[in-house]
Amino acid sequence: MPTVRPLGPGAVDVEVDVNGMRAPLHVPPHRTLLDALRDDLGLQGAKKVCDEGTCGACTVLVDGRPVYACMTLAVTCAGRSVETVEGLARDGELHPVQEAFVAHDAFQCGFCTPGQIMSVVALLRANATPTADDVMRAVSGNLCRCGAYPNIVEAALAAARKATK
Amino acid sequence: MKPFAYVRATSVAEAARLLGAGSAAMAGGTDLLGLMKGGIAAPARVVDLTGIDGLRGWSRERGAGLRIGALTPLVDLETSDQLARHLPIVRAALADTATLQLRNAGTVGGNLLQRNRCWYFRDEAIPCWLKGGTRCFASEGENEHHAVIGTARGCNRVAPSDLAPALIAHDARVTLVGARGTRSIALADLYTDPALHSRDEHTIKRGEILTEVHVPEAGLQRRGTYLKAMERKTWSFAVVSVAAAARVRDGKLRNPRIVLGGVAPVPWRVEAAEAEIDGHPFSDELARRAADALLADAAPLAKNGYKVPLAKELVRRALAAIAAA
Repeated sequence: MPTVRPLGPGAVDVEVDVNGMRAPLHVPPHRTLLDALRDDLGLQGAKKVCDEGTCGACTVLVDGRPVYACMTLAVTCAGRSVETVEGLARDGELHPVQEAFVAHDAFQCGFCTPGQIMSVVALLRANATPTADDVMRAVSGNLCRCGAYPNIVEAALAAARKATK
Repeated sequence: MKPFAYVRATSVAEAARLLGAGSAAMAGGTDLLGLMKGGIAAPARVVDLTGIDGLRGWSRERGAGLRIGALTPLVDLETSDQLARHLPIVRAALADTATLQLRNAGTVGGNLLQRNRCWYFRDEAIPCWLKGGTRCFASEGENEHHAVIGTARGCNRVAPSDLAPALIAHDARVTLVGARGTRSIALADLYTDPALHSRDEHTIKRGEILTEVHVPEAGLQRRGTYLKAMERKTWSFAVVSVAAAARVRDGKLRNPRIVLGGVAPVPWRVEAAEAEIDGHPFSDELARRAADALLADAAPLAKNGYKVPLAKELVRRALAAIAAA
């Protein structure tokens, strides 16, 4: 039987697709996706807050699904697509969800915002006409200590309305 | 997190071979990473199971029950309308399981094999019995989330999974594959009672991989429901949960199952409680008698006596919901 060779524990080469671009990483297997994004790739949109999968500030999309980057190993993302808040704007124009967050004052301190936005972006891709309940469920894994929830829900619904108009 | 070697297995046999001493199996990683970050687990090698084909998705075969692959992400079960028709309790149980981010990463096998949430266990500085120490720090400590049944034993943890009680209520079995062969056990037998003096929470052996959940035909014929009490409305482990299922005909619950989460170190079931209602015309009084029998062995700790009436009321409501549906 052919044997697969374990990688590490030292740094290994991993290639991830980050925001549509090839991102070669040289990281040890215990490096989280969050640390790889922030420290190795300089993408500091995803925030490191609880670092234990309870707050949602590090939410990114892996193969289109929102996950906690702090609870994901970078090495497991080899060959997969990772989307962060930095990848949303196009040609200097904010993504419609980002615009809606600004228009509806959906943040105060802004620390949870990149994660909230990624959760909403994933929701709207799967469900173009969400209810307020759908939005609340979609962002229930993203804590906002400022309590901007009502405006986050408004922003998400407004972005959905605008996209389907 | 301590450094480790990483290997992505491509078959169950290969994974079984790679899972030697000092190794940890990983699927979604949402529990393992927490344990590694907390210093509770420090494997020298992590074996990633997600490259194994054939362990994702579910299938229904007429007359042969329902099979769920262990690597199926929780979200795939939660969002399947078709599965909700065959086994609605799964969606009910997963609706309040963790968050979308965790249900996207977390798998069926990982959910069934997750470690408990006791804060003394999860604190690496505390040498509790489960980690090889001599005593349970919850027995005289902050024990509001701990067990109310089995509390005279070595460990007052509670079974944390939502899926486990739900599937046990439908007589689910699990397949465990290791280098020495394959075995099928009742899901209920995957959980280790600390009275057996085992410091393993699960009966899965080193080198074994949980590959599949099987719900037999008889289990599918039961109508089931799952109720969960949480400290807040979302993203919270059960304070108490109840899974109940039975065949319902002519106002009678037949062959019922009532399984509690959050009250004992294992998903808690008492056959005498089920016998109270089995085949009798259903009534509120009967449901209360079953709930009393299910909690008959309760001996709460100083701060968790509230769980007993909470569990009894949830049992009453769950049975009433099945009878009325």
